[in-house]
Amino acid sequence: MCCGEGTGRVKKTRAIRLRRSWVSVISLIGLASSTSGCGVIGGKIASTSDPAGDQARHIWDLFVVPVWWLSVAVFLLVTVWMLLNIVLFRRKPGDTRIPAQVHGNPRLEIAWTLIPAIILALIAIPSTRLVFQLNRDPGPGSNALRVQVIGHQWWWEFRYPEFGIVTAGDLHLVVDRPVVLSITSQDVIHSFWPPRLAGKVDAIPGRENTLVFTPEETGVFYGQCAELCGAQHAHMQFRVVVHSQQEFDAWVDKHRRPAPDPAPGTLAATGKQLFEGAAGCAGCHSMNPTYDPSTPINKILAVGPNLAYFSERQTVAAFLPNTPENLHRWIAETEAVKPYSIMAEKWWKIRAQQNQLLTPEEVDAIVAYLRSQ
Amino acid sequence: MAEAAIRLEQAGYRRSAVVEWLTTVDHKKIGLLYYWTSIIYLLLAGLLALLMRIQLAQPDMHFLGPKTYNEIMTMHGTMMIFAVAMPLNAAFFNIVVPLMIGARDVAFPRLNAFSYWSFLFGSLLLWSSFLFGHAPDAGWTGYANLSSSRLYSAGPGLDFWNLGLQVLGISSIAGALNFFVTIVNMRAPGMTLMRMPVYVWMVLITAILILLAFPSLTVGLFVIMFDRYFDTLFLNPVHGGDPVIWQHLFWIFGHPEVYILVLPPMGIISEILPTFSRKPLFGAPFVIFAGIAIAFLSFFVWAHHMFTVGLGPVPNALFAASTMLIGIPTGVKVFNWLATMWGGSIDFKAPMKFASAAVWLLMIGGVTGVMHATVPLDYQQHDSYFIVAHFHYVIFGVIVMALLGATYYWFPKMYGRLLDERLGSLHFWLTFLGMNLTFFPMHFVGLDGMPRRYFTYSAETGWGTWNMVITVGAFVLGLAQVVLLLNVLKTMRRPADAPADPWDGRTLEWTIPSPPPAYNFAVIPTVRGSDAFWLEKYGDGHHDAAATDISERRKPATFHQDNPGHGLPAGVHLPKPSWWPMIVSAGLTAMAAGMVMHGTETLGSLGFPVVGLGALVVFFGLLGWHFEPAIEHEEAHVS
Repeated sequence: MCCGEGTGRVKKTRAIRLRRSWVSVISLIGLASSTSGCGVIGGKIASTSDPAGDQARHIWDLFVVPVWWLSVAVFLLVTVWMLLNIVLFRRKPGDTRIPAQVHGNPRLEIAWTLIPAIILALIAIPSTRLVFQLNRDPGPGSNALRVQVIGHQWWWEFRYPEFGIVTAGDLHLVVDRPVVLSITSQDVIHSFWPPRLAGKVDAIPGRENTLVFTPEETGVFYGQCAELCGAQHAHMQFRVVVHSQQEFDAWVDKHRRPAPDPAPGTLAATGKQLFEGAAGCAGCHSMNPTYDPSTPINKILAVGPNLAYFSERQTVAAFLPNTPENLHRWIAETEAVKPYSIMAEKWWKIRAQQNQLLTPEEVDAIVAYLRSQ
Repeated sequence: MAEAAIRLEQAGYRRSAVVEWLTTVDHKKIGLLYYWTSIIYLLLAGLLALLMRIQLAQPDMHFLGPKTYNEIMTMHGTMMIFAVAMPLNAAFFNIVVPLMIGARDVAFPRLNAFSYWSFLFGSLLLWSSFLFGHAPDAGWTGYANLSSSRLYSAGPGLDFWNLGLQVLGISSIAGALNFFVTIVNMRAPGMTLMRMPVYVWMVLITAILILLAFPSLTVGLFVIMFDRYFDTLFLNPVHGGDPVIWQHLFWIFGHPEVYILVLPPMGIISEILPTFSRKPLFGAPFVIFAGIAIAFLSFFVWAHHMFTVGLGPVPNALFAASTMLIGIPTGVKVFNWLATMWGGSIDFKAPMKFASAAVWLLMIGGVTGVMHATVPLDYQQHDSYFIVAHFHYVIFGVIVMALLGATYYWFPKMYGRLLDERLGSLHFWLTFLGMNLTFFPMHFVGLDGMPRRYFTYSAETGWGTWNMVITVGAFVLGLAQVVLLLNVLKTMRRPADAPADPWDGRTLEWTIPSPPPAYNFAVIPTVRGSDAFWLEKYGDGHHDAAATDISERRKPATFHQDNPGHGLPAGVHLPKPSWWPMIVSAGLTAMAAGMVMHGTETLGSLGFPVVGLGALVVFFGLLGWHFEPAIEHEEAHVS
């Protein structure tokens, strides 16, 4: 769809990456020298110092030059002056001298009114420029991917109006292709934050906010909620899966229709029956990866995350790695895994009260079904 | 009962010690009440922090559940801001300001008592939420619609928070009015505004800030209350309301609040540094005008807490610019303080250790503040531990450090004793070490993407190592405060033999005995310049520069008084002790408690009757207050 444009973009990106290399050399020296060696920050799944998207990179570059270096200068100035005061002017025992009673020096004071002003201007100019550059919608003419992001207590829903595809937990993007995220919430205020790709933008019910960035590396990136949104705020993660364009096209094709049903007679088939029947899962969770994009965003109300093609999901319950064990535990002991979640409050607890909790075999069957999808 | 006590009073009976403290309108006693209440709260809210630090020491800990963690986190923040930092400042307003301006009390002594009792009862109402198993859990910022809809915050937790804060707000507004009027009207003859100690200046500016900022919080809290109780839809997006309204109302209060908290400690630093350097404050008018500039600008920066809300690039850029402007007067202050020390003869006693450390820590908190004023950086730092590090450098590093310094500095005026210097030094070094060990690594986990208000995190995030360091630091910091308590216990067992002027001070409070008599000044001093007491002791340095030795230069101060006499000097009228302030505060808090009850299922029907009862108590309390003579005319009980 956009291969012609893609090559030009790669070149541009390479130029950016070259520029990035000297910035990162400086940043490495700076951070290493001042924070006692490497390993203090960086190298972690949410490190803002390891950008993998253009927005995160612009922000980190601005942090290093000029903000970090000016900060080091101010730090050194004040620290050295304070140390000199302490060393030079400490009162010796028995010293009864009255020092010169200096009441001030207007010239000096004007000077150190101007110094912070200049430092701040040096920061304000590139900062303001970047503010206007970030999160600007490139407009309908661009090849930007458009995704709607909807925050829920406590999981993330992603809708691709262009393809009529809906998913949850994992946001699928294309490397070097800008994405325009339209972010809102269905309940309380959340904040969408993939630290290595971009800064955060609040997901506010009744409002739509825009986050624009371009992923610059393929792979799986960590994301999380950054605005206190209730008990399980800490367990509202997502992943950003950055594909090549071909991989992404294949992913879209696959998701245009539901996954095939499990073969009759298998454990997974039993699971499907339970899922849609006695276990009551289908009341909240859809297995259909498509939706009608003409529906206004505030008219589509999801209770639980869409589970179509669950086997490819990165997480269970928006924070555990997607393994059969974790999935089993999540269904069997919901209340222990993620208390206060809707599934714990409105499904597990009620079934526990009515003595209708699933048997381990039933849970196994549902796990088999979801893993088969 | 109250009336009976007052009749006894009028019949000339001596009051018991308990009644004495319950009915006191003496600013020094009220100051001590403020002081110890907030120190106890500091320890309690500090313990809450330690509980959080245990939970976060390692990934996937199960020490606190998610809801309990959120409750503890919310109460830690709310209490530290509203029931520790503000009233601890108020404690020193009370203890010091009238003494510094040469007044016998504040302008409205009973209103002063009312402020204290409202603070005590309001904060107890908030604390009591733990007893009912429903502490507030939406963070100290209480963002709507999490806080404003019973769908998302069921139970009375947020009602405790909402109504408790209203009571505390009334206390603050009453206190601010009082100190504003006191400072404007009750200065000693000759103390022009520009001769006023810088601390008093900062208190004056703070009082104005409180009067202008708190109404916004009050309105915001009413909006939340109406949404929660009366199904209004101000903040409900489903019906066209907007939860962001609360953020504006809150931060229009909340950013000036930062300066309400930090300006008085800046004033404290401006008193301690000159005293222990034997030099006047460098560029005092600059420091004063920097304070005014900070206060003025603080009303135009609120949206820098909302850069990620999606206000758009133009508001974000403008609010970033106004925020950076505040960095200029703050920088001026730091440089003026450093220049005050430069060339001085610096005695690093405990107060000086705390004050000069606060200057350095303010620099760190200020530098990181500029970082999140830089909007793009804030997109990453907002709501991360980087922010937590920043505001703890300001709130602990500057505010608490300066107030601890103030404790050592003015303890002679509180109890007539000097705190032990060696324990003071130990207390300082443990606190300084612990605070940096706790709060500095928070910058690192913040840059590594750890959001604030997370009750746990997984091992794969790699945040575990620094969090362990932070937890160790927090325990060092907590332990350090035990040294302060030990110091106070040790000191209080010694005789009260502190001299009137133990530090060779510069301001009027050092001209009167430690502790001061009930009437403060037997003769109101006449002020001839700034640093009034120093001027009387050593003369004007400009004309007498040849004699540089303290003992040669020192003259007997003309208004130095040491009146040990019993009873009042002739012509002094002291305000009369009164029960009414406490009664009115109790009525007010009962109204708030009634509203909390109204929101519960079990006690809902009792709610409005209790509100009505409280309103009656307030009404008749104010009547009693109004008709009670304010001045004790004859044979006052001075103790």
